[in-house]
Amino acid sequence: MNRKLSQKIAFWIFRILGWAVVGILLWILGFIVYNGIGVISLEFIFDSPRNGMLEGGIFPAIVGTFCLIIGSMIVAFPLGVMSAIYTNEYVRDGKISRFIRMMTNNLGSIPSIVFGLFGMALFVRAMSWGDSIIAGSFTLGLLVLPLVIRTTEEALRMVPDALRTGSYALGASKLQTIRYVVLPTAFPNIVTGLILSVGRVSGETAPILFTVAAFFLPRLPSSVFDQVMALPYHLYVLSTSGSNLEAQRPMAYGTALVLITLVLIINFTASLIRKYFSKKHGAV
Amino acid sequence: MKKIIEKAIEKIFAFSGMVTTVTILLIIAFLFKEGAGLFNSPVVEKGYVLCVNANNPVEHISSADIKKIFNSVIEDWSEVTSGFDEKIELFYDEKILNNYGKDEWRAKIGEKIASTPGIIALVHDYEKSLPKNFEGVKILEENTILPKDFFLGFEWLPTSKPAPQFGVMPLILGTLLVSFVAILLATPLGIGVAIYLSELAQSRVRDILKPTIELLAGIPSVVYGFFGLVVLVPIIQKTFNLNVGETALTGSIILAIMALPTIITVAEDAMRSTPRAMREASLALGATHWQTIYKVVIPYAASGISAAVVLGIGRAIGETMVALMVTGNAARLPKLFEPVRTIPATIAAELGEAPGGGVHYQALFVLGCALFLITMAISITAELISKRQHNKGL
Amino acid sequence: MDIIEAKNIDFYYSDFHALKNVSLGIAKNSVTAFIGPSGCGKSTFLRLLNRMNDLIPDTKLAGKCLVNGEDIYAKGVDVDTLRKKIGMVFQKPNPFPKTIFENIAYGLRVNRMGNKEFIRNRVEESLKAAALWDEVKDKMNRSAYDLSGGQQQRLCIARALAVKPDILLMDEPASALDPISTAKIEDLIFDLKTQYTIVIVTHNMQQAARVSDSTGFFMLGELIEFSDTKKMFLNPAKEQTQNYITGRFG
Repeated sequence: MNRKLSQKIAFWIFRILGWAVVGILLWILGFIVYNGIGVISLEFIFDSPRNGMLEGGIFPAIVGTFCLIIGSMIVAFPLGVMSAIYTNEYVRDGKISRFIRMMTNNLGSIPSIVFGLFGMALFVRAMSWGDSIIAGSFTLGLLVLPLVIRTTEEALRMVPDALRTGSYALGASKLQTIRYVVLPTAFPNIVTGLILSVGRVSGETAPILFTVAAFFLPRLPSSVFDQVMALPYHLYVLSTSGSNLEAQRPMAYGTALVLITLVLIINFTASLIRKYFSKKHGAV
Repeated sequence: MKKIIEKAIEKIFAFSGMVTTVTILLIIAFLFKEGAGLFNSPVVEKGYVLCVNANNPVEHISSADIKKIFNSVIEDWSEVTSGFDEKIELFYDEKILNNYGKDEWRAKIGEKIASTPGIIALVHDYEKSLPKNFEGVKILEENTILPKDFFLGFEWLPTSKPAPQFGVMPLILGTLLVSFVAILLATPLGIGVAIYLSELAQSRVRDILKPTIELLAGIPSVVYGFFGLVVLVPIIQKTFNLNVGETALTGSIILAIMALPTIITVAEDAMRSTPRAMREASLALGATHWQTIYKVVIPYAASGISAAVVLGIGRAIGETMVALMVTGNAARLPKLFEPVRTIPATIAAELGEAPGGGVHYQALFVLGCALFLITMAISITAELISKRQHNKGL
Repeated sequence: MDIIEAKNIDFYYSDFHALKNVSLGIAKNSVTAFIGPSGCGKSTFLRLLNRMNDLIPDTKLAGKCLVNGEDIYAKGVDVDTLRKKIGMVFQKPNPFPKTIFENIAYGLRVNRMGNKEFIRNRVEESLKAAALWDEVKDKMNRSAYDLSGGQQQRLCIARALAVKPDILLMDEPASALDPISTAKIEDLIFDLKTQYTIVIVTHNMQQAARVSDSTGFFMLGELIEFSDTKKMFLNPAKEQTQNYITGRFG
């Protein structure tokens, strides 16, 4: 075949593919928005589910998801940032840092359902915390730890070495250099990573199935040992179990829309922050 | 003083650095600890013991055989153990429970077993009722679940009586089928889109599309599952004229859509990392743009692309919610246009109902171990592939 | 008639005026060298001749560029065929991550030239022409990256020769090489002159003086002087050329 013609055909295929795939992804998004937008109201956001989850709102699930976000970040953020500081500032390119990086990658590749099993075995049963916010937070925290470490490490790596040597040259110690030079410079990117982790946590379902999530619990939690509802699990429940699946659909669309909006806003904020600071940094 | 504090803080950092390693070790420890009991657990359901006549040479009966025996599919001992040619006679102790008092009961069972050469008796595991040390009675107490029966078994019926069936083959095959079809769908599509983005699209278009695609990678899997359930399931059912739309194919399509953003992003990065000198060398020799893409750019990006694909397989294998919501969850040998069940979906669907510490619970943890090992192997493969990428070049 | 004829060429990278009203003619089977300080436009001009600058977005060209009497920027010109006729060797050796044999065969394959036998003969012929055959004839299936930098560059020359171009463009072909490899490349250019029209960009004036028949001196996007090499180095017409050659700046 004429090579010009085959180029033409191939390129048209790729163009169509490109737009088709983007179209599919946007279709999913649009479908949820289109069907869910009518359900969203103040009542839907700020009320508890009523009447076999056919009426009312999803407030307890929203609160539950926020509890889990905060809880898991309390677990993952300090540990993750310190771990990244250790690998990037103290043992940079040695065997230890390579080992830690490998383990972090491996932990990141473990399926979320395995975290669910682990969380149930360790936090729910062995620690006798029962299904609770604290058990769920620890499970989700460990799940998201690799992401926190990776993004923090990237942030630290972007700090130019000249700044470090400059600080040492003025007689600052390693810790002072980290505290006054490295961390402030890397801060915006660390925050970006943190926000991305929040996005990840808020959408996870499998790890919370057996560690915290309640099928139906209209009251709000009063301590960390309470169960809570959570948005992703609530969506799962609404779409697969319950007395009347068809009648539950509108509530499911609404929940899906709230969940997607939450996650997309979080991720979008992260990319905005990154863009803003990278521009500012580039100008310096 | 300052020195000491610095040292102490460094130690704290070092400890944090170990936390991922510790977590992995803890996960391994707890998965194995919770699952370990499985292969010491008796084949028959809790509270029962199997007894046979003392002349019966049988030592171990697998759960699959027990099910067949009690369903009268196997009717002769010769099918279970060699050298014992006797017709099987089934006996449940419930049958006489109503007619006799407890003390008599034990003796009666013993006599019955001792006098019937082909008997297999399912007896309550009470200290008083079990015909222990009864002449002519052999109690199969050591009849535990074997790893071979677990991993090579073809039936998954965890609540079957008298012996629950824990054969994970249908689940493993179901998982592999769903994920591999998903990757087969996603890889060419993903690479095609990556080619479009990195080679053809104008930079303005690219600057809009790429972040959009990256953003979509963040949509939670449960939302994809929900979309599959309400949109794709009816479409599949109608298009292929099936009884149910929840099939392996449905799961594969949704998983493929989910995997696309990642594959596109990684493949595109890999293609753009092809040095300009390579492209120019090819074009300067009179190659067309398309020839340059498939003869130079794609081979150069190949290991990056394959690492993305391998990672995608790992994700697909471990994905729970989509599989749970759109594949129909039927634990039988997988076919593309029929409901199937994957390992993660099984764990998610059954762990809530499995009594803590029981055989079923243990079996699900062993499944978790298997899943863990599979994904670990995949992740290490991906790492090796991308390492090869770095060693390439001048 | 000159094989290459440039008429009043202006070239822009977005706002940057990279070439200013450049006109020149290059004779068949001659070696032409372009010299000048970095950023003077000599490479840009070279890359215009096989339309390599098409790959850079946001560029603009005015003027005419004729090769064999045909305007290469006219509508309907097949760029791929044009590039086949005008070979190019780059500043840094850029072999493909393929075997030595496949590197040379690449141009033949993409242009659908000949069968297996033909390709094998042409590969050998090109490697001999590039004075590399004796060094690689026993390791044709080894990776091109196993060769030294100088060998890689000669491989790239052989690769360009394999498709039998009329013109060979060389963009500072020896700048990344050691003196011995450089000498080999220069010898090679001398040998190739009988069959090819060679245009070479170099920042090394001695090199230009050694290998070329005529020389063009670029500065700040302008072609300051273009004449016979001997004349340019012994008796330059312009003061700027004089200053550059004697090393007063650049």
